[in-house]
Order: sequence, then C-alpha cells, then structure tokens
Amino acid sequence: MPVVDLAVTPKRDLNAQLHALPANSNETHWRVVNPQGQHALAAGLDAPVTVEIAGHAGYYCAGMNQQATVVVEGNAGVGVAENMMSGKVHVKGDASQSAGATAHGGLLVIDGDASARCGISMKGIDIVVKGSIGPMSAFMAQSGNLVVLGDAGDALGDSIYEARLFVRGAVKSLGADCIEKEMRDEHRRALLVLLDAAGVAEEVSVDEFRRYGSARGLYNFHVDNAAAY
Amino acid sequence: MCGIVGLFLKDSALEPRLGELLAGMLEVMTDRGPDSAGFAVYGVGDADHVKLTLRGSGLADIAAVLGGGVTGVLRDTHLVLSVPRSEEERVRGWLATARPDLVVTGAGQRIELYKEVGLPAQVAGRFQLSAMAGTHGIGHTRMATESAVTTDGAHPFSTGEDQCLVHNGSLSNHHSLRRMLEPKGIRFATDNDSEVAAGYLSWKLREGATLAEALEASLDDLDGFFTFVVGTESGFAVLRDPISCKPAVMAETDQYVAFGSEYRALVGLPGIEHARVFEPEPARVYAWERA
Repeated sequence: MPVVDLAVTPKRDLNAQLHALPANSNETHWRVVNPQGQHALAAGLDAPVTVEIAGHAGYYCAGMNQQATVVVEGNAGVGVAENMMSGKVHVKGDASQSAGATAHGGLLVIDGDASARCGISMKGIDIVVKGSIGPMSAFMAQSGNLVVLGDAGDALGDSIYEARLFVRGAVKSLGADCIEKEMRDEHRRALLVLLDAAGVAEEVSVDEFRRYGSARGLYNFHVDNAAAY
Repeated sequence: MCGIVGLFLKDSALEPRLGELLAGMLEVMTDRGPDSAGFAVYGVGDADHVKLTLRGSGLADIAAVLGGGVTGVLRDTHLVLSVPRSEEERVRGWLATARPDLVVTGAGQRIELYKEVGLPAQVAGRFQLSAMAGTHGIGHTRMATESAVTTDGAHPFSTGEDQCLVHNGSLSNHHSLRRMLEPKGIRFATDNDSEVAAGYLSWKLREGATLAEALEASLDDLDGFFTFVVGTESGFAVLRDPISCKPAVMAETDQYVAFGSEYRALVGLPGIEHARVFEPEPARVYAWERA
C-alpha cells in the first residue's frame, strides 16, 4: 500500500501520482499522512482506488471525483466532493460549506455535521449527513438525494428543482418553493438504499424522516412570484 | 480575499510563545493576503500607564524628547511608548502638534499594534513578532481588492483603548455608519470600511455593552460580508455574517482558543491533533473573557 507523507511530498506530486493511475492499477489502496488541511487533496481522480487521508483536509478535497473512494479521517474544508461524478467520499468528521456542490453522481457520506450550503446546486449526487446541516442547503438543487439524520438550518431547498430531501430532525425553515411532500413507498425504498449505503440502516428507520421537495411554483416566470425570484 | 487569525490563551504557560505561534499562523495565511499584514498583541501593561503604538519615521528619540517618565521600545517603523497616565494628555497633545506625521495605530493598557506593507513573514520578522509574549493576539493578511495597497489599509484597526478588529469581507453601509458614528465622537483615521466596523463596536462598548452584546447589535446594523475577530483588554470574540460568506475555522483546547480563515493556519499549534475543531456558525457570537 503506497503511503504518501505530505510533510515531505508536495501535494501536487501526490495528485499527479493519483492522476497517472491506469484503470487496472494494482495500487488500489493509498494512504495520505500529514495532510495538515492542505487544499485539493485527491481532487480529479478517475480510477477505482481507495485513498485514505489521515487527518483534516482543506478546500475541494476529492473534487471532481470519478470512480475513486476517498476517506477523510477528520474534517473537510469548503467544497468537499464538489462536482463529483461517481465514486464515494466519506468524511469521518465535519464538513465545511458547500459539501457536494454541483456534483453529478456518487455518494458523499459525512459522519459529523455539514455547514452552510450543503448540496448547493446538486445535480445527481447522493449525500448522507449523519449530523446536521447548515443554512441554505440544497439551494437550487436539481437532482439527487440529500439525507440528513439531524436537523437542517434556515432556507432548506430554496429554489429547488427535482432533488429529494429527507430530514429526520427539525427543519428551521424552508426556502422559496420548497415544501414538505408525502413519503410514499418508492421514497421509503430509495431512502433505505441510501441509509444502507451509508451504513446506518440498522440505526435509524425510514419512518423517522420527512421528505421535502419542489412545489414547482417557480419553474416558469409568473409576475405574482416576482418577490421570490 | 484576506486571511485572519487569532489566538486566545487560557494557559499562562503558553504566554511566552504567543508571538511565535501567531507568527506561524500569519505566515501560513500568506496565500490569502500577500500584500500587507498586521497584528495586535496583548502583552504586559499596568493601570498606571498607557501604551501608544506610533507608526512613522524619526522615532528613535521621541521618548527622550518627551521625558516625564515616558519610555519607548522601537521596532522598525513602529514605536511603542509607555506613558504614565498623568502624562497622557501632554504626550498626545505634543504628538498632534509636533509630530502630526505619525499615526497612532493603537492605544491601551496592554495592546501593541503593528502593520506594514509586505509579505506577512517579512512584516512579522521586521517587528520580531516571534519574540513577543502575551495573553492573546489577532492578525490579518491583506489582499487588497477595494482600495490601494497601503499601510493605512492594513488591519487590525483600533478605535478604542485596548480594542482591535480584523475583518475579512466588505461592508456596504460603511458610509452611513460613519456619518452616524462621527457625531458621537468616534474618530476614524482612514476611509476603510473595516475601520468603521471597529468604530461601531467601540461605540457600543463605550455605551456599556459587553463585547458579545456589541457584536450581537452589529448583526442588525452592519450590512455586508464579514468574518470579524475582535480583541479587547480581556476578551476575544468571533462573528460571521448571517450567510457566512467568508471562511472560518476554530480550534479549542484546555490551553487556547484559536481562529483561522483556514485550518492550515492552525496546524502548528500545540496539541492541535486533539483540539475540538469546528466551524463557527453564521450570525452567532463566540466570545471568551479572561478570568
């Protein structure tokens, strides 16, 4: 197992090594020590490998990820897994703002809390936050699922399109055009799959969640909605 | 973009290392602000003296010229005068008439405030920050976006005794606030928006608010983007605007409370691997007072 010590190896060298991995590489398990909050760690990967980051990561960790599994054994800074296409990112601590922003696919699991704008403009990613999320999360969310075992801050799902939001705790307030929706069996089934993928299907029940989504009132311009645009 | 840092010590055993730790934090924030830097350190002081930090040139003989028990410590472009309280009025009057070229960057029982144009490591080195001791300190690295790269535009700003503020962000109603504060006797040395925020807090503190109350009130009255780190003689506080536009991360241990624009700024602190690392919530005042 390659171990890269960022106290001696420049971050760009680490990322260059990871970018150079062929799809059939035998080096499938990497460990990165002394990350010290550096930015863009393991960003832009496109190979089915696992990268463990032994500590706190800075901004944009695992951004643009495809195929890879990236585990952060600490907190992650702004924009973890932003624009992820596929693969999995697991943050064992808290995530800062804009976790999973604009991401098209893959699974982002955050064991702790995520701060403001979690899942902003998400386009297909699945996000499971075991703690709580900050204000303005899922702003303009377009597709995918955001699952929150704790609470959600102000203005959840403001100007949301078709993403599904499942919150187990309290929602401080809903944003413009975001409403609570009925939990049907199809939603329960989908939620169970996500809880299972995040390893918490045994701990919580799908019946403890409420579902939120778009009222679809802002899709087309209507002058009565002028104040909400 | 700017970088801000702050360190508030709970454990007096770390006080001799305050400057060294703060210098390390400041240097890491060079990426966020390479054009100028500044810092305030709360060091030794007593109730019978006021410390005036002066910035300018021709500083070497000022203490001797003033006499009357005034002493001075010269650090590059800054001179920290220790003035007996009984002499303060005379000294300030002399400065205003004989040396109007000098800027008083900070005043108070314990505060010393330095700022200069240049890379943060160079600025810290010129003032020998690493050798300074104290109970708490805050610092700023500036990437000027709205106004010129000048020492006047560098942070921290101090508008009241032993008070100082660093700011990452920009305020949009600073002109109207300035017009509100100036008739109340709050004086400003620059046109900088961040100085207005400092002045606002000074006004609230003068009116009897605690540091936490003053920051609470600022949420209603300040319009714009901000993460503030504020120091007073005995206090240390952090506040972010309601949409948390600017980054912030904090770490707390039994020994200290630390703030950084990024976690990277905190990695050199002792025991950081076991610290409680958290992101301060928007529109929530975090304040600590020395016992």
